Amino acid sequence: MNAFNSDLNEPSPVPMEVKPRALNASMEIVLTDPKIIVEHLSISYSDGTESLKDIYLAIPKNAITVLFGPAGGGKSTLLRTINRLNDLADVVKVQGHVWLDGVDILSPEIDVIKLRRKVGIVFARPVVLPLTIRQNLTYGLELAGQKDRTIHADAVERSLKAAAIWDEVKDRLDEPAVSLSGGQQQRICLARSLVLEPEVILLDEPTSGLDPISTGKVEASLQTLKENYTIVLVPHSVQQAARVADYAAFFLGGELIEYTIGKQIFTNPLDSRTEDYVEGRFG
Amino acid sequence: MKAGKFKDILITSLIKVCGYSAIIFVGMIFVFLIKEGSPALIRVPLENFLQLRWYPIEDRFGLLPLIGGSLIVTLGAAIFSIPLGIVSAVYIAEVAPRWAREILKPLVEVLGGLPSVMLGFIGILVIVPALRQALNLPTGLTAFTGALILGGMAIPTIVSVAEDALDAVPKTYREAALAMGATRWQTIWKVTLPAAKSGVLTAVMLGVGRAIGETMTVMMVTGNAAVFPTGFGAIFKPVRTMTATIAAEMGEVASGSTHYHVLFLIGIILFLISLTVNLIAASVVFRQRKRTERILS
Ligand SMILES: Nc1ncnc2c1ncn2[C@@H]1O[C@H](COP(=O)(O)OP(=O)(O)OP(=O)(O)O)[C@@H](O)[C@H]1O
Ligand SMILES: [Mg+2]
Repeated sequence: MNAFNSDLNEPSPVPMEVKPRALNASMEIVLTDPKIIVEHLSISYSDGTESLKDIYLAIPKNAITVLFGPAGGGKSTLLRTINRLNDLADVVKVQGHVWLDGVDILSPEIDVIKLRRKVGIVFARPVVLPLTIRQNLTYGLELAGQKDRTIHADAVERSLKAAAIWDEVKDRLDEPAVSLSGGQQQRICLARSLVLEPEVILLDEPTSGLDPISTGKVEASLQTLKENYTIVLVPHSVQQAARVADYAAFFLGGELIEYTIGKQIFTNPLDSRTEDYVEGRFG
Repeated sequence: MKAGKFKDILITSLIKVCGYSAIIFVGMIFVFLIKEGSPALIRVPLENFLQLRWYPIEDRFGLLPLIGGSLIVTLGAAIFSIPLGIVSAVYIAEVAPRWAREILKPLVEVLGGLPSVMLGFIGILVIVPALRQALNLPTGLTAFTGALILGGMAIPTIVSVAEDALDAVPKTYREAALAMGATRWQTIWKVTLPAAKSGVLTAVMLGVGRAIGETMTVMMVTGNAAVFPTGFGAIFKPVRTMTATIAAEMGEVASGSTHYHVLFLIGIILFLISLTVNLIAASVVFRQRKRTERILS
């Protein structure tokens, strides 16, 4: 974290006068020491439509924050902005800031490579590289310049255990990763992002292609992981959102409609649109 | 229902006829080549083919200078067109901004469609005198000139096909690598290019294949002296390729003569060379494809 900060000469201060749209008493917890603050963020793609409209969101440490809502709401766009993967997309306009530990990661001076090591991401469809299981994990370390074999071995074991897949693959680390089932591959991808010891883990519908048992395993490992990481999850269903959310933000058409603690939003939402969606009346 | 079924059968059989006739044509060409070429093996002793002189009037049929000439020109063309072609494809597919890509891609396609004779003109009028002056050679019609122009012909094919292959690599691969903290170059070198390997290899085969089979331009710019290329300096001397030999001599040879049959034998050799190259490429591509299919399933 400090190495990351020191890359910038002078981290800009986080403006705290801005407050989220739907502020609930419990949100004060979030705001005392947030890991990420999304501040008045607006993003437009080249087709001209505004995919995120003036989003304000503070994401707490050591918790699972869920971004949910119907298709096209801008959830993936927000997630991919947090580790600057959206740099690859046809984004024509970005306004606002995303603060990570008080550093504006949208600033052009940011070392994007370092940022991505600090903010890992897991996609909807597992993308294992055509290498062995072990190589899939050590690849990121090698890219980071880490050559020490014993450090590799330790990191592989630690992250496979954290992703709850160690027992299933420990005897076959040198087999091709593609020979694993989809559910196992997804946990390999989770482990692969953990190997770099990130601080934030972004997950975009990580269980959308998985059976209920694999889904359960991924969700269980997230529950353990949140003790050490900041987790931002786009769930593949409202049910999953309700199961795992410590905090939940409801997105509709690029707007953040409501953001509060999970229990609240799924039992007693403030906004009628949230209520309609949570109760399955649209989307 | 019944009419639909009849139409179905009709179309199926039509497609079958077309497919089989294509195979039959190729087979007939091959049979013809063998029929016209094999008498050469009976009439001419093997040692004759292995000498270093090609002088048909005196019944000297040394094939080595021709094979050597083809090899040196093709290899020379491959050595600079393959890296240049692949790097250009990487630039267009991965690095260039969108507007540059939209200009470059069609431009490359147009260059690929240039008739080879035109390149021969450019070779004779520009490269040949320039090379002769620059290196103070007796003649600018050399293997190097041929390689340069053949390579120039191969590049658009290589760029175009390799660019398609790179473009077809799923975006998710790149994102996965970038998310792991890879730089853009690490992503290209370690993930995108390996993932597009079969397509890039096909591009190389098509490009170099075009160079091997090319006749017109090499005839125009290589000097056509049937001298076996020895040593490094040989690339700056005139050579004669197999294709140029056939094209130049077939018109004036008496049908049924030994010389005539030997020309067909050269044709068979050319055919075998490109067949081998294609088989090697196909087997590599096939292996690769099976692997990617497993990945994507
Ligand atoms: N790369 C892109 N180029 C252009 N437009 C895009 C791009 N990515 C997303 N969009 C647009 O931005 C809007 C929000 O998309 P986004 O993928 O963020 O939504 P989402 O909430 O993740 O939806 P889903 O639940 O379907 O994944 C959509 O209208 C979409 O068309
Ligand atoms: Mg999405």
